[in-house]
Amino acid sequence: MAEAIVPPTKHDAAADKISLITGSEAIAVACKLADVDVITAYPIRPYDTVMQYVAKMISNGEFDCEYIVAEGEHSQFEIVKHASACGARVFCGSSGVGWMYAMEALTVTPALRIPMIAMVGNRALDDPGAFGTEHNDALAVRDLGWQLVWVDSPQEALDVALIAYRVAEDRRVFLPCAISCDGAFLTHSQAMVKVPSKAKVDAFLPRYDRGDLLLHPDNPITVAPQANEDWLMEIRRQTAGAMERSPGVIREAYASFARIFGRDYGNPFFEQYMTDDADVVLVGMGTLSTPVRVAIRQMRAEGKKVGFVRIRWFRPFAAEELAKTLGRFKAVGVIDRDFSLGSPGESGVVVNDVRAALYQSGARPPVVGFIAGLGGREVTVPDVKKMSEIISAAAAGKQQPATTWIGLRE
Amino acid sequence: MAVSDRELAELVKLRPTQTLDAFKGVKKLPLEEFFTSGHRTCQGCESALVMKLMVKAAGPRTIVLGSTGCMYVANTTYYSTSWVVPWMHTQLGSSGSAALGAAAALKSLMRKGKMKDEPINVIAFCGDGGGADMGISAISATLTHPDYNCLILMYDNESYANTDIQLSGSTPYGAHTTFSPPGSRKRIMHHRWKKNMAAMMAAGHPSCRFVSTVCMSYPVLAMNAVRRSLTIGGPTFIHSLDPCPKGWDYDPMQSHELGELAVTTGIWPLWQVEDGVLSLIGKTRDIADGRLKRLPVRDYLLRQGRFAHFTDDDLAYFQNKVDETWHKWVIPGVIPFRREIEADEPPKA
Repeated sequence: MAEAIVPPTKHDAAADKISLITGSEAIAVACKLADVDVITAYPIRPYDTVMQYVAKMISNGEFDCEYIVAEGEHSQFEIVKHASACGARVFCGSSGVGWMYAMEALTVTPALRIPMIAMVGNRALDDPGAFGTEHNDALAVRDLGWQLVWVDSPQEALDVALIAYRVAEDRRVFLPCAISCDGAFLTHSQAMVKVPSKAKVDAFLPRYDRGDLLLHPDNPITVAPQANEDWLMEIRRQTAGAMERSPGVIREAYASFARIFGRDYGNPFFEQYMTDDADVVLVGMGTLSTPVRVAIRQMRAEGKKVGFVRIRWFRPFAAEELAKTLGRFKAVGVIDRDFSLGSPGESGVVVNDVRAALYQSGARPPVVGFIAGLGGREVTVPDVKKMSEIISAAAAGKQQPATTWIGLRE
Repeated sequence: MAVSDRELAELVKLRPTQTLDAFKGVKKLPLEEFFTSGHRTCQGCESALVMKLMVKAAGPRTIVLGSTGCMYVANTTYYSTSWVVPWMHTQLGSSGSAALGAAAALKSLMRKGKMKDEPINVIAFCGDGGGADMGISAISATLTHPDYNCLILMYDNESYANTDIQLSGSTPYGAHTTFSPPGSRKRIMHHRWKKNMAAMMAAGHPSCRFVSTVCMSYPVLAMNAVRRSLTIGGPTFIHSLDPCPKGWDYDPMQSHELGELAVTTGIWPLWQVEDGVLSLIGKTRDIADGRLKRLPVRDYLLRQGRFAHFTDDDLAYFQNKVDETWHKWVIPGVIPFRREIEADEPPKA
């Protein structure tokens, strides 16, 4: 798709507004900037702060949208699903078991090619009850056609929310996207955020056009009839095709974002930190990037060449690119803030995708898995150093366990 | 200080609705169909008739959302859709949410100038499983929203008829279903009484301005209920009782007659509530006013294979329960509360 030429406007010349806001508020602001039409809310910590900000903007007259407080997450996601089918730009979200309560709705949304944007305030799944972050909620939909992206700062949350609308609503994609924000660490933590002007957002984000899929009396289509074995596979293949086109559209969107907003995220799919000369690397998603970076800087001072790769987009998974990057290190350690019980290596979810990606590549360094920070437990600097030692031992040819639980009381 | 109606209207800003006047009689119905060939429902399926007449009553500027059930699985087949108006599937328990989502989208897009401003009907339907069982929470929630124009229609064939005839919360007492087969030790496997869904919706949702029970054996009454609900606006609810040859086990040619018997035996009262005012309608009104004698329930029950295992005692029990709804309830057949003095009376020997 050709890039629209940005007309110079007064607003463009104006500097971004700098605000001290949380990750949740950043996404609420992105919803306002994107002129979202229908939003549904239901309370569950920690994602629900985004809806509190949305509600306040609406009650203050700053934001015009239909805002519905649903009676459960299943309804919350079904309401916006149908609103999107009728041409509305939509937003909703959830956390933990709330997200799982919506699972049926989450399942059908990609198959219906609904470009819903949802925020997941990552939270441990009950039981036992825990408010803290854990990635199993969002990861539960990883096979279903949801695009999944993890952000690690309020600025990235705002930017990626705008990018997500652009990607999801691109007719080549038309798939939903969940933006994962670690509970508390991001949903409730403030940072200085450059809030762009509406003019810039309008230049970046075209209107949602559902085209000939619009549910409207002028376009009397039948959506999702009973297809059975006659056509199910062909329809499923079309959804798969949309996911296959998503990486290209994501690249375009990030490039366009950099031009219009002046913030360049480089490779959209993953970020590298001190990897240029690294011997070994840690791989992870979300806000554990902060202690990892601090620990790496300390280890670098001690002469240990450790780097970090932060995966942003988990679906689509940039397998080839990631394998190419990771293949050049002596060993790789993947930190999962999730678990995949009974999986190969009794590991987490992410490490097995990394292993699968590397299997196809020529260079296959040892890969060790870590399970850390479950239920919101802090991943500390000593934790990161301990993980780095295990990776370094693997690099030196010493056999390491496939998975090590880090920060666990024995 | 209480919020005045005018202030509430300002908060809600309900969109205008289509004005759909009542049809004057079956010969005055429009010929145009918006639900046509292409479906593969059973012979004698009353629910398919409900779909056809519901959308005929609503007209072409209508969006229909259908939750999983017979009217999805058997009714809406890929490449042979019977819907002339736009139609979308929704999940089993989501008719309320589907209606709300579509109505909210139209409202938002029209207000913001992103869509041509015109009144468009939104109808979501569900079966008794999708409505009275799984979807009751979402339907109830939708009926509390004064902000959106939408109708939820529950077509009640009294079982999960598409999945093999399993009992639902709307299956009558004692009925033989594949989940409640009479056996050598237990003749009555299903001993729950049918939910009083329409009355529950009418009594519990102050923002809902119109609730009605209908039966397509009385098609003009039913279609006019659809037209009234769409005209009056806000969230509305219609509960239709649909005889089902497969689930009830009778000859398909008797569907119409069984619908009539459900009403004339007093098992299925026809009524509507508009702005809090209840009226009994059709034959039910005749029964209540003494112009028509209620037929015994056995005339209705024994026409159906699902009650073939009933003994005289079972029939008497069923009759007694129906009589109670007519003699002891505050509103015959509708509101299941007894006046205190009656409740205090010891049961007659």
